[in-house]
Amino acid sequence: MIEPLAHLPVLLVITPLLAALLAGFMRRGGTAFGLSLAVSWASPVMAITLLARVLASGPVSYHIGGWEPPWGIEYRVDALNGFVLVLVSVIGAVIMPFAWRSVARELEPDRQAWFYCMYLLCLTGLMGITVTGDAFNAFVFMEISSLSTYVLIALGRDRRALVAAFQYLIMGTIGATFYVIGIGLLYLATGTLNMMDLAERLGGAAAEQPRTIVTGLAFLVVGVSLKLALFPLSAWLPGAYAFAPSLVTIFLAATATKVAIYLLIRFLFSIVGPAVGFAASPVAEMIIGLSLIAIFVASLIAMFRLDLKRMLAYSSLAQIGYITMGIGIANQPSLTGGIVHVVNHAITKAGLFMAVGCIVFRTGTVSLTELAGIGRRMPLTMAAFTITGLGLIGAPGTVGFISKWYLIMGALQDGAPWLAFVIASSSLLTVTYIGHVLEVAWFRPTAPALAGVSDPPLSMLLPLLVLAAATIWFGIDTSWTAGIASRIAEGLLDGVAR
Amino acid sequence: MSANALLIAALILPFVGSVIIALLARWPNPREAATLLTASLLFLAGLCLTGPVLAGARPALHLIQVAPGLAVAFAAEPLGMLFALVASGLWIVTSVYSIGYMRANREPRQGSYAVFFAVSLGSTIGAAFAANLFTLFLFYELLTMATYPLVTHKRDPAAFHAGRVYLLMLLGSSLILFLPAVVGIWLLAGTLDFTPGGIVAGKASVFQVTLLLALIVFGIGKAAVMPLHFWLPAAMVAPTPVSALLHAVAVVKTGVFCIVKITVMIFGIETLAATSQSGWLTWVAGATVIAASVVALRQDNLKRMLAYSTVSQLSYIVLGVAILAPISLVGAAMHIAGHAVSKITLFFAAGSIYTAHHLTEISELNGIGRRMPWTMGAFAIGALGMIGLPPTAGFLGKWFILSGAMQTANWLAVGVIVVSTMLNAGYFLPILYRAFFLPVPDGSQPGHEAEHVTGGEAPWLIVLSLVVTASATLGLFCFPTVPLALARLMMGAS
Repeated sequence: MIEPLAHLPVLLVITPLLAALLAGFMRRGGTAFGLSLAVSWASPVMAITLLARVLASGPVSYHIGGWEPPWGIEYRVDALNGFVLVLVSVIGAVIMPFAWRSVARELEPDRQAWFYCMYLLCLTGLMGITVTGDAFNAFVFMEISSLSTYVLIALGRDRRALVAAFQYLIMGTIGATFYVIGIGLLYLATGTLNMMDLAERLGGAAAEQPRTIVTGLAFLVVGVSLKLALFPLSAWLPGAYAFAPSLVTIFLAATATKVAIYLLIRFLFSIVGPAVGFAASPVAEMIIGLSLIAIFVASLIAMFRLDLKRMLAYSSLAQIGYITMGIGIANQPSLTGGIVHVVNHAITKAGLFMAVGCIVFRTGTVSLTELAGIGRRMPLTMAAFTITGLGLIGAPGTVGFISKWYLIMGALQDGAPWLAFVIASSSLLTVTYIGHVLEVAWFRPTAPALAGVSDPPLSMLLPLLVLAAATIWFGIDTSWTAGIASRIAEGLLDGVAR
Repeated sequence: MSANALLIAALILPFVGSVIIALLARWPNPREAATLLTASLLFLAGLCLTGPVLAGARPALHLIQVAPGLAVAFAAEPLGMLFALVASGLWIVTSVYSIGYMRANREPRQGSYAVFFAVSLGSTIGAAFAANLFTLFLFYELLTMATYPLVTHKRDPAAFHAGRVYLLMLLGSSLILFLPAVVGIWLLAGTLDFTPGGIVAGKASVFQVTLLLALIVFGIGKAAVMPLHFWLPAAMVAPTPVSALLHAVAVVKTGVFCIVKITVMIFGIETLAATSQSGWLTWVAGATVIAASVVALRQDNLKRMLAYSTVSQLSYIVLGVAILAPISLVGAAMHIAGHAVSKITLFFAAGSIYTAHHLTEISELNGIGRRMPWTMGAFAIGALGMIGLPPTAGFLGKWFILSGAMQTANWLAVGVIVVSTMLNAGYFLPILYRAFFLPVPDGSQPGHEAEHVTGGEAPWLIVLSLVVTASATLGLFCFPTVPLALARLMMGAS
């Protein structure tokens, strides 16, 4: 008997995969867009149903092809990856309507169907990494998402997009190689690839072959860190974000790095944590140190960028620093802060990049020097930019504040007040670069070149306004974000404590 | 209306008003009418709420629980009531003044100006009625952001520069120092609700209390305790009505209001006294009082001089807190009201002089008193209020603070008050002398002659407003019943 709900974990991956195949056979961008839209809107329904089941009755395990784990591949969804699945699919659903006109404007007609094909493949990969309970299977999906991402970036109009894509190709391949070497070493020591099994056997293996395990974990952490753009393994990110088509930048910033962060959390807390004790290892301190550098260096660079996309790309590096900082401090509030910032940064950064996408759509430029007074020409777009920008700064009443609240609480509880001050003071750097944009956009006299410019059409404006509204909504009602994140953090730390 | 309904009305009126003003932005007269109506209704709601609060009612409104410990909630308690009354009452006068000033000076962007003004007032009222530290912080930050466009109103490089200083200092201090203090208090006390007597008693070590108090005093940059005062003189680039209401009343008073409220209802003055916090805070506040006065002595730009005088007067209020005697805290609360009416009068007068004669420097004011008798008469009353002489409102606050200092034998505070009174006299009296007794220079103000020297006084709306606030300065001395009752009620006396 077939019960559709039981197959949700695999449906989440197969639907975009099949749709990608179909889109590959399509010739017209419009039909491919329709297909992508259908898939993007169906995914969150499935993901939310799945998360609701997980929250109500515990983790769901799905055996691919009916093979029992550890021999077969297991898809395993608990609160953590259920949450990430919802995030990725909801962001995908919100930004898809934006693609219609943005892609039509930025890409040549014969490439549009390919674009959607690659987009769907990328979505498949991200969903797969998140849903799978098999370490090697995660590598396969990582490759699917990465390869499609290289293509997506290379589709950018600017020829420099090719260089950026190539750079990411090299770095991404190194990252993936490191990851697979790490998995190989762990397999060598434990004889399993199933994550649950790994977690169980790692303790014993670590006693027998400590060097293999430590080396394996080092490769693994470095590989994943490259994917999530932890400083200094982040050189690929600014170029990739700056030259990719607008939709790709939005999608990558909001989801791709977040999925890599999920993988890091999964390994550090669910797998390594119980066996080796993550918080006591030097990894934690290293992550905190690198996060701090990321926050300050990237924010400082962002302050001096006049190219809006680049500025926001560097800002992403800094914001990823907050998330990894929460992971590094590794207590309940800080981990809650880190996980909730995954969501909060996804919302705010998607909103900011989308506002920039709207500006590109209307004016064709991302250079701040040419955008004086754009606020009076595109008031709704810039209002949304302002709100999401405040979210990025962490103004109270927006999502960013919630993240900072938990992170500062975590730092204070960890007995590191200096860290709390550092986190708090870093907001000031964000104020500087977002404030600069706002000052130019709202208060400078309008540039003559912007005479005929107005807000973009509704299909682009509406997703943007939804993200801006979410920035405020989830800053005030946090039961779906911080509430669930707090449960997840508790669960992860319980696992470590056991 | 019930007390709760009045509280809700007071909280949403300015924001509703700002939307209506935005919709009417193109039509000057309906727009100004909307501002005046909003301000009047707000003041009325405040007045109606005062009765129940004096009678002991504490209307409260729990809006939403954001996260554990973070609730947006409001309550009307005596100190907040007093502050809300002062801010909303003076908003009416300032609106009248603004109409005269902005039109006479042909300022651009009057529509957005009025909108942000209303939002600023709304934030102030929200802060005044905040029932916990998180809500207070929320509106504190909102106020910073809502006033930023007003500070940069002129949109020239100087205004942008001042705006950056303003934003970075206020947001910076609050995010780096105030926010960690809030988190720290939450971790220690397990609550952020304002509670008479405080919430940290017995839960924090002496070191923790000292650290948190220092974070609060310096983190609340709006209180302009040195060295975090630079934003205030910088903000003087704004149009004078903004300086008058926001940088003499709403913004800076929100700062000292926060400090008073947090010391009384988060730390509790017994806890602070038991951990002997009085000493260093007296030094910090005293140093600011004296240093700012000395700087004010040397200023030639009238508005900058007034700004430094504000810095000095704000630290009087912090000094009242530092003395940690109930009576000195009553004085601090009284001074919030007293300084507000006097300082707004002084700024109104400065704007009046600018509008009528385009004069901004003190050295140009020879004989101005005879050409603008109403303006300078009001200025004189405001100046007396600053020095703290009867019969002005400034005297009362100073008197109570001084009594507190005497009671607790805090001779440092007594010395600071005495010296600063002389300094205040030292920079206000020469202006009065210059204005009333020195002759008008011949052929003064080349270039402005044709346009502005024709009349003596500024437009009647401006004169009317400053006469009203000057009368309020005197009136508050003669009839201090309501503010005094509220201030005493704050300290738990009936």
